[in-house]
Amino acid sequence: MGSDREHAGGTHDLGRSRTAVAAERVIEAVIRICGFSAIFFVFSIFLFVLLSGSDFIIHRLDIREFLLSPEWVPTSVSNKRYGTMALTLGTFSVTGLAMLIAVPFGLGAAVFVSEFTDGRTKEVLKVVIELLAAIPSVVWGFIGLVIMNPLIIAMFDAPIGLNVLNGGILLGLMSVPIIVSIGEDAIKAVPDSYREASMAMGATRWQTVVHVLLPAARSGLLAAVLLGVGRAIGETIAVLMATGHAVQIPHSPLDSVRTLTATIASELGETARGSDHYQALFTIGILLFALTFVVNLSADLIVRGVRGEQR
Amino acid sequence: MNAALPFSTTDVTRTNRRRESIVRALLGIVTALLVLPLLAILALLVKHGAPALTLDFLLSSPAAGMTAGGIFPAIVGTLWLVGVSLAIAAPIGVLAAIYLNEYAGDHWGTRIVNLAIVNLAGVPSIVHALFGVGAFVLFLHLGTSILSASLTLAIMTLPVIIASTKEALAAVPMSFRQACWVLGASRWQTIRYVVLPNSIQGILTGVILQVSRAAGETAPVMFTGAAFYLPFLPQSVNDQCMALSMHLFTLSTQVPGVPEALPYATALVLVGLVMSVNLTSILLRSYLRSRRRW
Amino acid sequence: MNWMNRGAMGAALLGALSVAWACSGGDSSRVLIQNKGSDTLVNLAQAWAENYRAVKPAVAIAVSGGGSGTGIAALINGTVDIANASREMHAEEKEQVRAHSGKDATEHRVARDAIVVYVSKANPLEKIKLADLACIYAEDGTCQSWTSLGIEVPGCADQKIIRVSRQSNSGTYEFFRDAVLGKGKDFKLGSRDMQGSKDVVDLVGKTPCAIGYSGMGYITSDVKVLCLAKDASSPCIAPTPASAKSGEYALSRWLYMLTLGEPEGDIKGYLDWIVSPAGQKIVADTGFVPVN
Repeated sequence: MGSDREHAGGTHDLGRSRTAVAAERVIEAVIRICGFSAIFFVFSIFLFVLLSGSDFIIHRLDIREFLLSPEWVPTSVSNKRYGTMALTLGTFSVTGLAMLIAVPFGLGAAVFVSEFTDGRTKEVLKVVIELLAAIPSVVWGFIGLVIMNPLIIAMFDAPIGLNVLNGGILLGLMSVPIIVSIGEDAIKAVPDSYREASMAMGATRWQTVVHVLLPAARSGLLAAVLLGVGRAIGETIAVLMATGHAVQIPHSPLDSVRTLTATIASELGETARGSDHYQALFTIGILLFALTFVVNLSADLIVRGVRGEQR
Repeated sequence: MNAALPFSTTDVTRTNRRRESIVRALLGIVTALLVLPLLAILALLVKHGAPALTLDFLLSSPAAGMTAGGIFPAIVGTLWLVGVSLAIAAPIGVLAAIYLNEYAGDHWGTRIVNLAIVNLAGVPSIVHALFGVGAFVLFLHLGTSILSASLTLAIMTLPVIIASTKEALAAVPMSFRQACWVLGASRWQTIRYVVLPNSIQGILTGVILQVSRAAGETAPVMFTGAAFYLPFLPQSVNDQCMALSMHLFTLSTQVPGVPEALPYATALVLVGLVMSVNLTSILLRSYLRSRRRW
Repeated sequence: MNWMNRGAMGAALLGALSVAWACSGGDSSRVLIQNKGSDTLVNLAQAWAENYRAVKPAVAIAVSGGGSGTGIAALINGTVDIANASREMHAEEKEQVRAHSGKDATEHRVARDAIVVYVSKANPLEKIKLADLACIYAEDGTCQSWTSLGIEVPGCADQKIIRVSRQSNSGTYEFFRDAVLGKGKDFKLGSRDMQGSKDVVDLVGKTPCAIGYSGMGYITSDVKVLCLAKDASSPCIAPTPASAKSGEYALSRWLYMLTLGEPEGDIKGYLDWIVSPAGQKIVADTGFVPVN
């Protein structure tokens, strides 16, 4: 690809005025700046969130307490405590349950759409899944609050329907579209020659999927799952409304929990700028940023690894 | 397997065929189970929301402590947020995609840019909100305003525009560019007169997708520009505004005595808006794909 | 085709902007008062803002909720004109206001409220002592089940008490903490900390095991309000406008609007109207207790 793109260079400005050439230089400079803007934005997000919490992080943050204590009591008069373990476990439990739902469904649908449908059906299914992704998270939260809550109470005889299960189902459905679309791309990217070779050996379509396509596409599928995980960890409003918002370490899917994201969303407005509480929330922001960064970076590296292999 | 002779139906192939149809049915059910929630949600929203969805609801302000009246200021606010964030994100996103597709070589700098875009897309929306508060509301002294909220939304939705614009640009065959270069055109002239005209509709689909993303977000606008209630419509980007997503959140969690139909109707309007925008983008894209001549 | 394509793109952009622009109208003589804070007060504040449009059309009031802490934080940060609070300001908050703005915060009493404790309709409980409430909600409290209070709630699995509370930025949360649990005490973690008072009422109404609290303006017929006894020997007082006003009901409090320094001009006009009979009538209409 690289060599096709080479332009001979800007030496032949045939019959063009000096201003036209200068204008072009300016335009190209702007394009370059915009091209690198994403780096600038990611970097400044990290920097701003980090700096806003820096005073607290440097002087008063007990990193052991922050990561390992389950006690989050930022507004206590007598004994303020900034432990995020219950919140982190809240995030992980909801995300984990979401993946239990989203991974089999997402990969199953990806295989079905990619290998067992064609033409119109395929197009329609892809559109529907894209539309599923388009439902705003506040609408999911609303569904969790008014529909899933009474449903869970009735079905599981649970005392309260705002819990890990509720949030997990919502997040599962929210992450499925990513897993389907990236997963389908990954399966589609396996060269047709693999399929043909497998079929020629007498394998059925399903045998081809299990023994040839899934192993060949495994990195892409893993990346799809990771991106789904990233989406689930970062989701805010839906889990804020659907998980019950209770600071406790969950012991069953029917326990209410509070997530890292929901904590920031519900408490950010309240705190005086620069107070410990305010900075502690930004520190949670850094934690979230780091978590999703690692997840997305791994997904990206895995995808790139695949492209490298295929070359 | 190896016992099966070629070209004859054996027990093995019959078993396989049966197994195949079972698997196909199972996978079909799994996929259908994903379609089901979408239909169920739409049906529920329509069932409970449609009765309250009158022209008056769309065109009047909330009244009686939000327990009556309509959502007009929220619709207007969402249009402001979407419009301003689009005006910021579209040029930057399109130019960034032009850089990545037309200028950037295959080196580490490009890799880092791509990585940054992937991560920008992965940053949780609430972290974008923290950034918006830290950078725009406080550091740049823009206050809680449409401008702050739109800037936050713009950065958040930038990857959507970059990704789809890149796809649109990449769909223009290399031979078009080469033909143009051979005639002595510069790189920018080629982009301006050949690449962009041939990809502009594809770029448009990405821009439309950005609109749908921006309209649906709640967390990033909550602390940067959206208000619980405003008795007037915003006059400039320095004002606060109401927003549909935020309004649904407050209606369903904070306002007492709201008739059941009100949040449903608000959700219906929000979903209707986002979905129709999305559907437009999807249809436009598939139309373009079918019409492509190369 | 070229110009058409570009036209389409430009039109889309311009369209989006101009729709927003057109909707905004062009009235520039408007005065804007930013009002933010307590969720307890937010509906009342919104009702005031809504009605004040008819009184003085040139003054517009932007109302947001978020909690008393939110409003006071905004006052400290200088981003609101009037902060709503359902509790008094802390000394350190007053200090911060002075440090940031050079002015003292002024507290205006705008209404009186009672924090009402309630359970679901299924719960046979009629009255509760403050000590029992502390036993349920406090960090060192040991009341985990309804049976430990001597009752059995039909339809409640395990008889486990589901504590419903508010998120930590609400004045209701702080008032309840200080008045019920005692100064310096904290809530037991693991309560469902809801975003708004409405959430609490909704949830308790739907959950047989639950107990919750909120301002009296939020009570609906879906929950059963408890009468409250200060101790074992005191009479049980039901929350009513009269008992809240007299202070006889243990959990009654003032609701405040806060300004930087003494209010002037339109802000003063608005606050004066709020404590006038017209403004206080709205207080009664929204389920709170008028100041006089």
